[in-house]
Amino acid sequence: MAQVTYPVKVRDDRDDQAVRSAAESPPLGGGGALPLRRRSGAEPVFRALSTGAGMTVLAIIVAIALFLVVQAVPALRADRANFFTERVWYPNDPTAPRFGIAALAVGTLLTSTVALLMAVPVALGIALCLSHYAPRRLAGALAFVVDLLAAVPSIVFGLWGRDYLVGPVRDLSAWLHAHLGSLPIFGSGGPYGKSVLLGSIVLAIMVLPIVTALSREVFVQTPATSREAALALGATRWEMVRTAVLPYARPGVLAAIMLGLGRALGETIALALVLGNTFTISADLIGNGGNSIAANIANQFGEANATGRSALIASGLVLFAITLAVNVTARIVVYRRREFVGSAG
Amino acid sequence: MTTVTGTVVPRRDLRPRRLPSWSPALVAALAATVAVLAVRLGGLLGGGWALTTVVAVALFLTGLGTASRLVEGARSARDRVATALVYSAFTLALLPLVSVAATLVARGVSRLDGTFFSHSMRNITAFDSAGGAYHAIVGTVEQVGIAVMITVPLGVAAAVYVVEYGRGGLARAIQFVVDVMTGVPSIVAGLFVLAFWVLVVTPVINDGRPGYSGFAAALALSVLMLPTVTRSTEEMLRLVPATLREGAYALGIAKWKTVARVVLPAARGGIVTGVMLAIARAAGETAPVLLVAGGNPAINFNPFRDSQASLSLFIYDQAGLASKYGPPRAWTAALTLVALVLALTVAAKLLSRRTRLPR
Repeated sequence: MAQVTYPVKVRDDRDDQAVRSAAESPPLGGGGALPLRRRSGAEPVFRALSTGAGMTVLAIIVAIALFLVVQAVPALRADRANFFTERVWYPNDPTAPRFGIAALAVGTLLTSTVALLMAVPVALGIALCLSHYAPRRLAGALAFVVDLLAAVPSIVFGLWGRDYLVGPVRDLSAWLHAHLGSLPIFGSGGPYGKSVLLGSIVLAIMVLPIVTALSREVFVQTPATSREAALALGATRWEMVRTAVLPYARPGVLAAIMLGLGRALGETIALALVLGNTFTISADLIGNGGNSIAANIANQFGEANATGRSALIASGLVLFAITLAVNVTARIVVYRRREFVGSAG
Repeated sequence: MTTVTGTVVPRRDLRPRRLPSWSPALVAALAATVAVLAVRLGGLLGGGWALTTVVAVALFLTGLGTASRLVEGARSARDRVATALVYSAFTLALLPLVSVAATLVARGVSRLDGTFFSHSMRNITAFDSAGGAYHAIVGTVEQVGIAVMITVPLGVAAAVYVVEYGRGGLARAIQFVVDVMTGVPSIVAGLFVLAFWVLVVTPVINDGRPGYSGFAAALALSVLMLPTVTRSTEEMLRLVPATLREGAYALGIAKWKTVARVVLPAARGGIVTGVMLAIARAAGETAPVLLVAGGNPAINFNPFRDSQASLSLFIYDQAGLASKYGPPRAWTAALTLVALVLALTVAAKLLSRRTRLPR
């Protein structure tokens, strides 16, 4: 139990002035019973400190945007190519730096999308398992196991993907090409190694716990009356889930997927280890290749000169804008839903 | 008087026909046998173990579905298949977890020796067998420590504002921004500190040179930890019963003192849990440290001067070495890092279980 300090102690404190003045003032009723501001000199200080801390949070998000823009401008000025359509990344060229976000942005979206396509069905299955299928006592332990996946640092997933998972994925790629090679996404004939598929699988594993935890939270909140009504009408468990749980949870699940997308878009170091670091735009998933904005920053930072650093900051600004948009949208969905649930309950 | 003779015929049609409870196990055994025979031994579809498993699961699902449809009807069949799918999704998620754990232990123990925890990488090249992560552990501990010293007061104060003082638009805006900030990618936090502290502020102090340092890494980690700490503190403060606050007000105690002496102590357990989870996340972060700490093969105890390493950065560096000594060092460091993070996570969960507030 948390220790609770009961306020009786206040008599020993220095400013028992407060207690005395409260006793002397006439009996108050209603809102007037709240502590008066003049009683203690510390009150405005404390209020100002906490307000300041709150404002700091606002200031940080503004400062992130501001400083990224300021530091990105020199490189964008020096760029000889169109930043939004150019694919190559040669910002370190002292005379004619050419670089653009096109290949990186497409690579980021491709890797994240494929990762979500793999992660979301599994995550929803696990979330249902934890909320409506597993025995109540077991569910807590199982949820903890999924949380363990979230606790593994991304560098460890990257190392695991590069040194271990690359073998199985190479076999999988060869098999996919042999049997489904007519599809453009499995078109590459090899060699297979660091690919979009490998990156997406690693990313899917990393996104899985987030989507699971958030959707489980919504599934659990399904009103018991809806669930019991479905069961009372003779629904099987799956019919209950399909008719009562899933419709209720849809906006929340959507928000969970978007928050997972936000996480996937920004993932850096694991992808820096398992993507091929190329600058082509291609739908092929299994051949050597793949890149993302964040992975490119980690890969290129070591060799970057002043313009190179500035160019990487410019790409980071794009990433910041994309993730901010995704997160804001997801949060608005969550907030709207919370208000709806609040008014219904 | 007549006596009723004859046997009572049970109305079987009133009870739905059910498959016996052992039938899923039987179907599973059959599916596994068929899959092994056809794929593994018969060589259908190439015949790897992974493929055998996939075929076995597919056979199990169709077999169970068909059996249930024949005996119990279509609705029950769908229910059984859905249940099987939900449980297999969970099993699927266990695979990477088990695989990561097994690989970590198998690859990580080779360099788990005294040298690893007592030596740095100074004067050790990619082709030397010795060397350790002492400098990196020092870096991680100092950077995370400073980040905690920054974020805990700031995060708790911000949460106090949102829950206790804030009213209307500003408080709601801060709450929203904190939520959105949890989604800021770690690399962006690193770039922000690079663009703000390393390239703009430190050159002024440092006669023009950008100052890569452990403190810069701590700042970047703070940007990542602040929303987590604020968010969890907010939630804990909301759980403190209003009666505690009202009791304090009734005794005429100032609001600030109520918050500091009644509300915060009551929420302390939950706040500590949130901070520990934030630490666990921050300790594993590589990207921001890579951008602003600079990396250093030698031991540097001073986080404010000169570049510093960290455990995660050490893993990244050693993993990139094309030698037979680099990757084993990376794996041992990964094992160390995971052990550290897991210890923090488990401790935080246990603590949160012990200090649940009455609602």
